[in-house]
Amino acid sequence: MSAHSSAQPGLPVLPGALFGSRQGEITQVPSPLQRAVDVTFRRLCHAFAWFTILLVTFIVLRIAMSAAPAMREQGWGFLTGRVWDANAGQFGILAQIWGTLYTSILALILGTAFGVAAAVFLSEGFLGSTIFGLLKYFGVHLHPWWGRLPDQIERILKELIELLAAIPSVVYGLWGIFVVIPLIRPLCHALHEHAGWIPLFSTDLSGPGVLPAVIVLAIMIMPTVTAISRDALVSVPVKLRMAAYGLGATRWESIFAVILPTASRGIAGGIVLAFGRALGETMALAMLVGNSNQINLSLFSPANTLAALLANNFPEAGPREVGLLMYAALVLLGITLVVNIMGAFILQRAAKNAAE
Amino acid sequence: MAASVQPIEPNSRPVASPHDHDIVMHCDIRELFYGNFKAVRDTSIPIKKNSITAFIGPSGCGKSTVLRCLNRMNDLVRGFRFEGKVRFRGRDIYETGIDPVAVRRFIGMVFQQPNPFATSIFNNVAFGLRLNGYKGDKAAKVESALRGAALWDEVKDKLHKSGLSLSGGQQQRLCIARAIATEPEVLLMDEPCSALDPIATRKIEELMTDLRKKFTIAIVTHNLQQAQRVADYTGFLYVDTSMGGRTGYLVEFEQSRKLFEDPQHKHTKEYIRGEFS
Ligand SMILES: Nc1ncnc2c1ncn2[C@@H]1O[C@H](COP(=O)(O)OP(=O)(O)O)[C@@H](O)[C@H]1O
Ligand SMILES: [Mg+2]
Repeated sequence: MSAHSSAQPGLPVLPGALFGSRQGEITQVPSPLQRAVDVTFRRLCHAFAWFTILLVTFIVLRIAMSAAPAMREQGWGFLTGRVWDANAGQFGILAQIWGTLYTSILALILGTAFGVAAAVFLSEGFLGSTIFGLLKYFGVHLHPWWGRLPDQIERILKELIELLAAIPSVVYGLWGIFVVIPLIRPLCHALHEHAGWIPLFSTDLSGPGVLPAVIVLAIMIMPTVTAISRDALVSVPVKLRMAAYGLGATRWESIFAVILPTASRGIAGGIVLAFGRALGETMALAMLVGNSNQINLSLFSPANTLAALLANNFPEAGPREVGLLMYAALVLLGITLVVNIMGAFILQRAAKNAAE
Repeated sequence: MAASVQPIEPNSRPVASPHDHDIVMHCDIRELFYGNFKAVRDTSIPIKKNSITAFIGPSGCGKSTVLRCLNRMNDLVRGFRFEGKVRFRGRDIYETGIDPVAVRRFIGMVFQQPNPFATSIFNNVAFGLRLNGYKGDKAAKVESALRGAALWDEVKDKLHKSGLSLSGGQQQRLCIARAIATEPEVLLMDEPCSALDPIATRKIEELMTDLRKKFTIAIVTHNLQQAQRVADYTGFLYVDTSMGGRTGYLVEFEQSRKLFEDPQHKHTKEYIRGEFS
């Protein structure tokens, strides 16, 4: 037998099929249909990917084009002006930029703290073991129905938290106005009375303001942080947990020294995503932030955000204002883009550091 | 402290009888459950100071379970229940009031899959030192642990590199270094070579015979040659699935040479002759 039977001279070689089946063989070259499906599928994927990119480019371009006249007219002064007064013809969005970043960052801190804590609670079986202990006390922990309860309840709680993300933001806004503001007002009042010298409490809460907006925004972004962090925590390999426990680490030591750092990339991804959502959130903020162009560290002062500015001014905008609003939209887009790129960069660095 | 360990009531089975004061741990499992499932019964094994004790047996017979019992790793399994005693330093580690976390610090563990943390080699080895609040020269301890694990020469120039950047065999030696850095009295190893190639396996085996001088080692292995090569004592566990049973138990415990050359029980004989695995 020749070692190079495929290179037999004299036989015509079909393009694309260097060898054919012998009689009685199960192995076959892919059929024309298989090939066609493969090629079509690949082309469709390409097309959809490019279409998305084109769409994003198109949107950005259209906004930039509509904003161009306003940009020529206002220049950079638009970004540093603090007054938006259509009657006086003065337009500046520094207060809105400040309000956007201030509310988003505060909400991110609050939402991350609670979101990651909830994710740890859900992923490390705290709830499960508590319920298991309870069942054991009643002696039904091995019962075929009751025994499944710990896992079931953990799952239900996880779904409940994810459900928070499904609540429409206008509902959040209403809830903020009618529940959160009355609830926190006495506390804010007391803080302002007794600790008014701290810049954070330097004004009184008279209704809508930064704090209610931040609280509601934090609740809105928490499910994102929790869901993504939980997935990241759950996918930390069991063998790493065992390694930590096997060395005599307590539960908290293994969570803080091993599990959270190992999952940090996924958690950071969740935080970036949540930040993007916070920056662009419109409805709840327009209802809660006070829509007043102030630059103030105080948590109780009203403020404004770019998204709220757009939402509030669109209805009565003439052609000139539309241009100005487009300019503001472009700025918001730019901020979001920068945040996302920075997030991607941080994630990449983290991945590289972990592997080296 | 080991001198105060009382011998547990001897089994009906012949048990190698090293002098009592040489026994670091005495594991006496009467019954062990995972939920409703009885995984192991009637297994009593003395673990002698500065020796290597191996557990062999067909898969699923509870070797890992017995080993994890020795440092209370099974406590992490929801529904785990244990009847029996594990004597260590004059006490039963399952006594109420004994902290499993403390037990695991005195009785270290190396796992089947190399499991370095996603951090630098140095931090991996220093992890246990930090847990134990070690105040001395960490770098010196890390170095001596890495030397002890025969890894120092290979990593001394890249201690800041990730532990995950090493090869499988190196990762396993890193895990050994991490476990011995705090100088625990006993080292448990659950099939430490089964994820490694023959050369890396050989290295770890040499390492174990070396470590025996300083530590007491209990190892699970499915490799009979390995048990013969490195272990001083060997216990054979068995589960008779043909009879519908699923509960493992200790069949025979002896000095390795004796167990392999002259097994007393039918199951041991068959297993060593390779009639089932
Ligand atoms: N965490 C666990 N939960 C439930 N059952 C387990 C668990 N670990 C092991 N078992 C069961 O206990 C028995 C013994 O397992 P193991 O100790 O891993 O065996 P070996 O290491 O000898 O192969 C097996 O039947 C296995 O399915
Ligand atoms: Mg095993």
